Amino acid sequence: MTLREERVTLAHGGGGKAMRELIESVFLSVFAPPGMEDQARLTEAALQEPGARLAFTTDSFVVTPVEFPGGDIGKLAVCGTVNDLAVGGARPLWLSASFIIEEGCEIALLRRLVASMAAEAAVAGVRIVTGDTKVVNRGACDQVYITTSGIGVIAPGRDLDARRIRPGDVALVNGVLGDHGATILAARGDMMLSADLQSDCQSLGALMEAVLRAAPDTRCARDATRGGLASTLNELAEAAGVSVELDETALPLRPEVKGMCEILGLDPLYLANEGTLVTFVPADQAEAALAAMRATKAGQGACIIGRATEAGAVPVTLRTAFGGSRIVDMLVGEQLPRIC
Amino acid sequence: MTARRIRIRGQVQGVGFRPFVWQLAQRFGLTGEVRNDAEGVLILAAGPDLDAFEAALLAEAPPLSRIDALESEATTLDATAFIIAASGAKGAETRVTPDAATCAACADEIRAPGRRQGYAFTNCTHCGPRFTILTGLPYDRAQTTMAPFTLCAECRAEYENPADRRFHAQPVACPACGPRLWIEPEAPDPIAEAARRLLAGDILAVKGLGGFHLACDATNPRAIDTLRQRKHRPAKPFALMAPLSLIRRHAALSPGAEALLTDPAAPIVLLPARGTLPDSLAPGQSTLGWMLPYTPLHHLLLDAVQRPLVMTSGNLSGEPQVIDNDEARAKLGPFADAFVMHDRAIARRLDDSVERADPPMILRRARGRVPGTLPLPDGFADRQVVAYGGQMKAAICLVKNRQALLGHHLGELDEALTWQAFLQADADYAALFDHAPEAVATDLHPDYRATRHGTERARRDGLRGIPVQHHHAHLAACLGENLWPRDGGAVAGIILDGTGLGSDGTLWGGEILLGDYDGFQRHAHLTPGPLIGGDRAAREPWRNALVRLDAAGQGPRAERLFPDAPLAMARMAAERGLNAPLSSSAGRLFDAVAAILGLCPQAQSYEGEAAMRLEALASAAQDDGHPGYPFGPGLDAVPLITALCDDLDASTPAPQIARRFHRGLARAFAAQATALVEGGQARAVALSGGCYQNPLLLAETRAAIPSAIPVLTQRITPANDGGLALGQALIALAALESG
Ligand SMILES: [Fe+3]
Ligand SMILES: [Mg+2]
Ligand SMILES: [Zn+2]
Ligand SMILES: [Zn+2]
Repeated sequence: MTLREERVTLAHGGGGKAMRELIESVFLSVFAPPGMEDQARLTEAALQEPGARLAFTTDSFVVTPVEFPGGDIGKLAVCGTVNDLAVGGARPLWLSASFIIEEGCEIALLRRLVASMAAEAAVAGVRIVTGDTKVVNRGACDQVYITTSGIGVIAPGRDLDARRIRPGDVALVNGVLGDHGATILAARGDMMLSADLQSDCQSLGALMEAVLRAAPDTRCARDATRGGLASTLNELAEAAGVSVELDETALPLRPEVKGMCEILGLDPLYLANEGTLVTFVPADQAEAALAAMRATKAGQGACIIGRATEAGAVPVTLRTAFGGSRIVDMLVGEQLPRIC
Repeated sequence: MTARRIRIRGQVQGVGFRPFVWQLAQRFGLTGEVRNDAEGVLILAAGPDLDAFEAALLAEAPPLSRIDALESEATTLDATAFIIAASGAKGAETRVTPDAATCAACADEIRAPGRRQGYAFTNCTHCGPRFTILTGLPYDRAQTTMAPFTLCAECRAEYENPADRRFHAQPVACPACGPRLWIEPEAPDPIAEAARRLLAGDILAVKGLGGFHLACDATNPRAIDTLRQRKHRPAKPFALMAPLSLIRRHAALSPGAEALLTDPAAPIVLLPARGTLPDSLAPGQSTLGWMLPYTPLHHLLLDAVQRPLVMTSGNLSGEPQVIDNDEARAKLGPFADAFVMHDRAIARRLDDSVERADPPMILRRARGRVPGTLPLPDGFADRQVVAYGGQMKAAICLVKNRQALLGHHLGELDEALTWQAFLQADADYAALFDHAPEAVATDLHPDYRATRHGTERARRDGLRGIPVQHHHAHLAACLGENLWPRDGGAVAGIILDGTGLGSDGTLWGGEILLGDYDGFQRHAHLTPGPLIGGDRAAREPWRNALVRLDAAGQGPRAERLFPDAPLAMARMAAERGLNAPLSSSAGRLFDAVAAILGLCPQAQSYEGEAAMRLEALASAAQDDGHPGYPFGPGLDAVPLITALCDDLDASTPAPQIARRFHRGLARAFAAQATALVEGGQARAVALSGGCYQNPLLLAETRAAIPSAIPVLTQRITPANDGGLALGQALIALAALESG
């Protein structure tokens, strides 16, 4: 089915024929969900296994610009939810996708975003099985917002939990930090910094499976999205009742990101990532986990960045190149200058 | 025969006051008693001439004491002798005196034949360690790190004899019973070996009073370079230690400077340099920081080397000073060729205080000054509050008994060990002073660690949390130090500072505030400019120069001056507001001018380097009568930058330009503040904020204000964030009373 219009109008949200056309032409034709009901009915063999658990998560995606080097809001909406499931130890299976569309949004853009979602879903091995669209007045949103929810299955015996982190455990990341945040900033500022700078937006399901096979006692994992590695580690350390000591010289940073952070005065530890996780494993399984990560596409830049210690005065510190120790805080405000 | 009850308030405990009274009582033939209690010292005395006795109390008080008040009333008394009474148990002896430099008598004693000849831990009631060895109250030996050392019979006899200068001197010691000195690697005579190594160009870690120092020969450029390299400290000035006779050879000493050097606090005093020592001691500076030997160990070392020594704090870059022996071995190992160690533990890390004599001002308040208290101005009730200060140069302030205790300099709170020291200081001061505050004052900035700590404490303990605007706190600190009464009326505060969060959510720092403890208006401020890269702008002066040059239409000059800087991206960030918040900071204007003049444009290697170099440059210029660069209406910096650029094009020497900048800034702010006073809106002008640690700016501002107008400045509390907590505490007290 084709659409005559080039842009979304309020009529596309009216519930009538125009809406039907939009949904069928742009969404259903690509996602091809099973059945044509307003709900997905799911069967899954893995669920029948005794001890298997369902994992369920949801996330809304809002990003300016909606298309950026390395991805777009559609890919982000798939990866984000898939990764939330994966870092909890679940195998992601099904997604829902809801779209809030601004009046005037280009149909061609929607088609690109949907294609991108379908492609990433195929890579991640998930199906987009249900969804919704709403059209809002011009200015009520910025082009398009997407909410995805996801369901996955956690195999029996798997128990990833921050509270399992013990002093001595090793912290690993799967690759360089801050690429997504830096890319978005550069795109927003028209900074033609480097053609190499692109979002790390990627699905981490395969990587997590590899880690869990190689390091069966992996304590937990978390994708370091908004707030960056710093916020994620603070949350994990608080939950676990340990402290985490990072090694500044071990932090993987792309020179372009480092350079941009220096110019803009940003700390890469606080930049958002969309395909970067941090995981804690027992020290004796760290090398195995590292090797397993490096053998996957999403983990080629994996490295050890620090370790858990007995709880100290603050949750997270960074051992600097000169041997001093800086506190890595959770930010309360908007990173306003503090040097007086 | 008459009798009197004499109450003495002030710093009168732990300073030999009771034996002093006892000795006077013998001289005047009195009966009665003297005791310490929660309020100070209480004397009950009967005798023929009590007026003369009271006069002698005031005139001859021990060197470390400070009498704030002597209150005397008639009483009846029936005593046959004069005794030193034991202290009442509860709440007694809550005052602790600061550490004091070795007195002349002890300094002589270690150089003369006798049982303490050459003994590095000699002290008496008039000198020696106090706060740095204190572990609890009341202050007696068992509650100090001298506890493990049992007095020998001879020392005990001195300790128990009211006529001896060691009567109740808690850290009294001798080679037979006291702490021991050694050097690692081991050598039979630690002092001789240390001297030999220093003279050979080695770097030594020396355990001092409040922490370890790294020492080297200050006349040896190679040793200085080695120390700079090992410490990763390319340019920050090193402090020096020498006896007065040697300092005189290298520095011009005013009477005020000499008095300050020889004060029992023995601070580092910034003195004009004569160029007789290697430039690398303080590159780009016109002053050197000097202190006298303040422990017997220092005296012995300096006697042995007969030359000035670098005595810089022993720490890893950014970390606080090391205080523990094992910590020193682990951390200072890469810096030091040998360790001069001893077995008296340091209970509390205290940096050397840093001060100026002309005009008197305190730059860093620590050893020798803390825990001295300040009286509150009139008009404040007797309530307890705690204030947690700023993020940089953190210091805590406690108010109790109408006294403010401004705690020691801690440092920058993102440093993990400094943060631990902050937590320790908080618990420590609260315990030592039995403090139960009803309110907690903090800065407005939510991401200062001190703010979070205070907010969290207020919530946890159910106390009132009182956020205080940063520059209002600077103003109140200045008022408080000057005992400006609470009902003294509004003043015009010229607050020239780095940055602090303003009430409007932007960053302030070049302000005229009209107000007092109870409130303020932002009367005027420097035109704001973006801080490109946030705190990065405080490290890299070119960013501020770019902003100010662009605003003045001098963009191409920025391109000539900073060809290697990422100007396009910086401009983009400024334009789009990408981490480029607006600020009226005066400190960043100093940085901008410094960078335009080529002073560390790329990066400052230590905080304040650009402004300090600019001041040094300006101080080198003769006053050519130039009126200073102009500011536009609303304290607009554009005319200043334009005039400065014209001067550059006319090849005006950089020192003159630097001087014209100081004068222009001072006059622009002074004119507005003067108008407020002359218009009847303000009663005086108060100067505060970190920039007022710059003596030239201070002098220029004073000179620009008519002499009939009172000008308040800070002399005994830091005008920078080291004094912030005092202002916060006073504002919180005012807020409590107005409900
Ligand atoms: Fe300040
Ligand atoms: Mg999520
Ligand atoms: Zn003495
Ligand atoms: Zn003895």
